Amino acid sequence: MEVGRERIYSAAELDAHEGALIEALRASSQQPVTDPDEWLQKELQRNVLVTSVDAVLNWSRRSSLWPVICFPACCAFEFIGASASRFDMSRFGMDILRGSPRQADLLITAGTLTWKMAPQVRRLYDQMAEPKWVIAMGACGITGGIFRDSYSVVPGYNRIVPVDVYVPGCPPRPEALLNGIEMLRQKINARSISTEGE
Amino acid sequence: MALKTEPFVLNIGPLHPSTHGVFRLLATLDGEVVIDIEPIIGYLHRGIEKLAEEREYQKDIPLCDRLDYVAAMSHSMAYVMAVEKLLGISVPERAEYIRVIMVELQRIASHLLAVGSIANEIGTFFTPFMYMFRERERILDLFDMVCGQRLLYNYMRFGGVSHDLPEEFIPALAKFINQMPGYIDEYDQLLAENEILLVRTKGIGVLPPELAINCSVSGPTLRASGVARDIRRCDPYSIYDRFEFDIPTRTAGDCYDRYRQRIEEMRQSLRIIRQAVEQLPQGKVNSQVPIRVRPPQGDVFVHVEAPRGELGFYLVSDGSEKPYRFHIRAPSLINLTPLREMIIGWKLADAIVIFGSIDIIMGEIDR
Amino acid sequence: MQALSFDEIAGLISAKYAPEMVAPSQGSLVVGGEHLLEVASYLRGTPELDFDYLISVTAVDYRGHFEIVYHLTSLQHSHSLVLKVRCPQDKPVMPSVVSLWRGADLQEREVFDLMGVSFAGHPNLKRLFLWDGFKGYPLRKDYSSGT
Ligand code: SF4
Repeated sequence: MEVGRERIYSAAELDAHEGALIEALRASSQQPVTDPDEWLQKELQRNVLVTSVDAVLNWSRRSSLWPVICFPACCAFEFIGASASRFDMSRFGMDILRGSPRQADLLITAGTLTWKMAPQVRRLYDQMAEPKWVIAMGACGITGGIFRDSYSVVPGYNRIVPVDVYVPGCPPRPEALLNGIEMLRQKINARSISTEGE
Repeated sequence: MALKTEPFVLNIGPLHPSTHGVFRLLATLDGEVVIDIEPIIGYLHRGIEKLAEEREYQKDIPLCDRLDYVAAMSHSMAYVMAVEKLLGISVPERAEYIRVIMVELQRIASHLLAVGSIANEIGTFFTPFMYMFRERERILDLFDMVCGQRLLYNYMRFGGVSHDLPEEFIPALAKFINQMPGYIDEYDQLLAENEILLVRTKGIGVLPPELAINCSVSGPTLRASGVARDIRRCDPYSIYDRFEFDIPTRTAGDCYDRYRQRIEEMRQSLRIIRQAVEQLPQGKVNSQVPIRVRPPQGDVFVHVEAPRGELGFYLVSDGSEKPYRFHIRAPSLINLTPLREMIIGWKLADAIVIFGSIDIIMGEIDR
Repeated sequence: MQALSFDEIAGLISAKYAPEMVAPSQGSLVVGGEHLLEVASYLRGTPELDFDYLISVTAVDYRGHFEIVYHLTSLQHSHSLVLKVRCPQDKPVMPSVVSLWRGADLQEREVFDLMGVSFAGHPNLKRLFLWDGFKGYPLRKDYSSGT
């Protein structure tokens, strides 16, 4: 059956569209995005009234981080290892890896990011519901790692999305990832609704 | 009379839980039936071949590990064998045995993952996976013991391996190979006769042997179609001619056979490891090759049987410190050639199972 | 069911083809680009050769010309052969062998994508790994990413 050929867009048009997206993103992402942690310094602006609200909110946010599936490369297997039987990430309320970004609030970037993939990751991040966090996992996630010099690799996820916690290693051991998650939980704990959204 | 339906195009991936990484499938569906697919790859193209040509030979070993990150040992072994052939150096006996043990352990670890994900794809989300990860973790512990890394080992060196086995390794390995057959039986109890698995995989996605050969398919996927091609047997490398093992094959070439094939291969790998441990000689594990090697001009092609199929390295040397050409014959990529024929006509849910049963790793496809 | 050595294969070939079409050199057969399909179908179709399995296709940039390298093997006789075809840099077009071995499909696309050699007669020749609009062919020796 030759039905498959009658599309609104031909395969060539789809490819051209995708290529244009990639080139545009590549041109606009030559500088890293600044890490979103200036609010950690805003300790003084907190007032007494909201602290208990903060305590409840932060407790609920940090205790049910739901990661979205983003498994480009090798680090993914350490991530899966961390969520499988031995390291059991569910202990931190991170039970289910979400297939849909709209149900997730944590992006763990497990692997090398290429320019061809970058628009998809950006879109994934944009679709996640606020508040959302990003853990850059592995050398590739931080700087491009061993592939930094390559013609097709994004040198670090912070070109595309703001990164909250960096977990070094190639690949980081599951223990290291769990430590990174613990750091993120502490960071979430320092949030306050009085400074949110600024 | 059945109603006519209108075909529509469904984009799956590149980030999708069932695509084993960043693989994109453009499927044209008629109702639930797939009538056309177009695989789109390259979302993990890291330019390894180019990077390797810009670095010295020694520095390419870690790059080879990152090709197929669930079978890093096999890939770095193939690469160092290719360079050794260019250099014309030999490897000490003990190092050869250690290499075989490592590579066969790696095959088990990799097949565990493959079997686990086939089960995952048919809907038993993560339950068999957890069993298989239990054993996989034990193999990773063994690797961790010898080289301090769980996933990407950087253990192979030109002329041997980086260092000898630690004392506690052999007892731990012996314990593992004694227990592993029991675990494999356990998987069989859980899966082999499982009604759901049988219905979802028997007769699905048949790959006829002629098509498989024509498409240069290799590894368990080829053998499940009844073609007994295994590089360890038909072009023996390293010391594989010293061991007794069978090349299991299946006949139907469907998803079920591809799953059974991997289970059988795990048993054969255990057999090889057992013999290798018994025969393991004492002695050096490295023949002191300088860090910077300059192979003479020429080209070599070395192929080995990696867990996913025939892995080849084609190296061209121009006499300098860096490879002039570094090409990888990646089994995962070439195994995708008949994907279209295998999937068309099946339902979308079957397409995912068929795709999963080929067992691909994106790092190796895209390189 | 008998494996032939390289010399025997080369003997069979040179008995059939003139040396400017096919010439054995250092363990491989060097074929002229315009004769590739003819020689390849002879290699595949002759029962005592029976090269039915194409292991790999790749290309090397020798600064000035490309060399396309085919590794073939026969499952029946288990002998193997390396074919090398030269291809000029200013006109990088080769005949495609997909009609003989489907296994060349993705590999020829890969060579096209990364090395910029096109294959005449390939059913779906377009970029495989890189995106539309990527400039240059990275595996060529004169490629620079401009960074
Ligand atoms: S950091 Fe290392 S392990 Fe992780 S994706 Fe990059 S190369 Fe792979």
